[in-house]
Amino acid sequence: MNPIHRAVTLLCVSSALVAVAAHAQTTEQEIQKYREAVGEDNPAELWEMRGEALWKEARGPKHASLERCDIGLGPGVVKGAYAVLPKYFADSGKVQDLESRLVSCMGTLQGISPEEAKKDHFGNGEKKSVMEALVAWIASQSRGMPMHVSLSRAEEKEAYEIGKKMFYYRAGPHDFSCATCHSHEGLRIRLQDLPNLTSANDARRAYTTWPGYRVSQGELRTMQHRIFDCYRQQRFPEPGYASDAVTALTMYLAVNANGGIYNAPSVKR
Amino acid sequence: MNVKNRKIRTAGAAACAIGLAVAGCAAMQESEGSGDRAEQEAVALMKQDFKPHGQATLDRLDQDPLQKACTRYGEAGGKVPEAEARSMERGQLETIRYPADDRYLGDWKAGEQVAQKGNGKQWSDDPASPGGGNCYACHQLSKQELSYGTIGPSLYRFGRTRGFGPDMQKYVYAKIYNSQAFAACSSMPRFGYHGILTEKQIKDVVALLLDPNSPVNQ
Repeated sequence: MNPIHRAVTLLCVSSALVAVAAHAQTTEQEIQKYREAVGEDNPAELWEMRGEALWKEARGPKHASLERCDIGLGPGVVKGAYAVLPKYFADSGKVQDLESRLVSCMGTLQGISPEEAKKDHFGNGEKKSVMEALVAWIASQSRGMPMHVSLSRAEEKEAYEIGKKMFYYRAGPHDFSCATCHSHEGLRIRLQDLPNLTSANDARRAYTTWPGYRVSQGELRTMQHRIFDCYRQQRFPEPGYASDAVTALTMYLAVNANGGIYNAPSVKR
Repeated sequence: MNVKNRKIRTAGAAACAIGLAVAGCAAMQESEGSGDRAEQEAVALMKQDFKPHGQATLDRLDQDPLQKACTRYGEAGGKVPEAEARSMERGQLETIRYPADDRYLGDWKAGEQVAQKGNGKQWSDDPASPGGGNCYACHQLSKQELSYGTIGPSLYRFGRTRGFGPDMQKYVYAKIYNSQAFAACSSMPRFGYHGILTEKQIKDVVALLLDPNSPVNQ
């Protein structure tokens, strides 16, 4: 089977299993069955293929591709880049995660405005996201590499410290923070296991498996989306997409996962 | 991050000085020095980068004194000093509004629905429709519901082990209304204090835990 046929077949399998997974008594076991059914394959491949094409496609007012974009290891280097993000970029003077960096490159290389770059950032059904596809492909090019996010610059340390403060920040009508659910070992919410994102083992296991193809949603979801949806459940207002605040929190989570072997896009509940 | 030169008014110290804050003053004053620069920057950055969505408006980023204190104790490992904890709990106890009819036991069947329902107060929720308590997200309750979380203790057979009397009913009502009146910096939401649940809903959950006929007590 060629990759597209294989991925389409997988999508059909996944739709059938959504119902199973949604009612599963032991969700993780059901997801494991799904992983075994699809073997080495993963519906996220559809996003990866689309992302690679988008990276190479001449787009925007300047009719340029993203192939000269520096996402952390120099212009055009994709291999291993996701495993060093977020990092400080001298040209923007900011610490950036992948999405924030792609917004910058779309601006400088392709002439695309930030508003346009962030349009439809979370895909659903017919509305496909350019960003999710790019992130899926770029992330896949770090598979098998150890997370190696640097805190050597003052700006990077500052982002980490701010992200840590955000992680513990209790507020809103439920008094929740990220730490409410993610600072203890071995807990679960309903049947879903909760990683302790303050400890290396759990942080590595969690961080290195995003983006993931969410069986329950039939969509590929990124860390950016995971943070967005956690804040919804935390009863906070909405964190801006590809904002400095999300980058700071991502910095805290990524550094805690340093040393973990990156292994995504994955398959998740 | 472009967060330098940002000036944040530190409201915490002022609140302590004029005696508004019941909880957390000592904790705040201790760390009011240079150590909280990252905290001020984090708050400023969230206020800059978060946006209102539905009922989740930006004022939700403003902490009350207890949230502020619990944030700091949480980051420091979660332990609240004994004297501070008792002082915070006394302050929270004063916020509890008990039912005017002095009756606490509602309908356990309605309580089970409140315990199952997870929405309410999220930006994706309709503020006009009643929210839930989402008790099963964190607690085991009835034996029939296998999909329960473990963030909080099991409450299975709660009435059988704790007793069904009026004092216990009043305590459970108060605990659900404001958990932090009994355990400073608890992870459990203050359901009555924050208006997450109505008086009737809280009474129904009290019945789920304390009605001898409730599945929790079978």
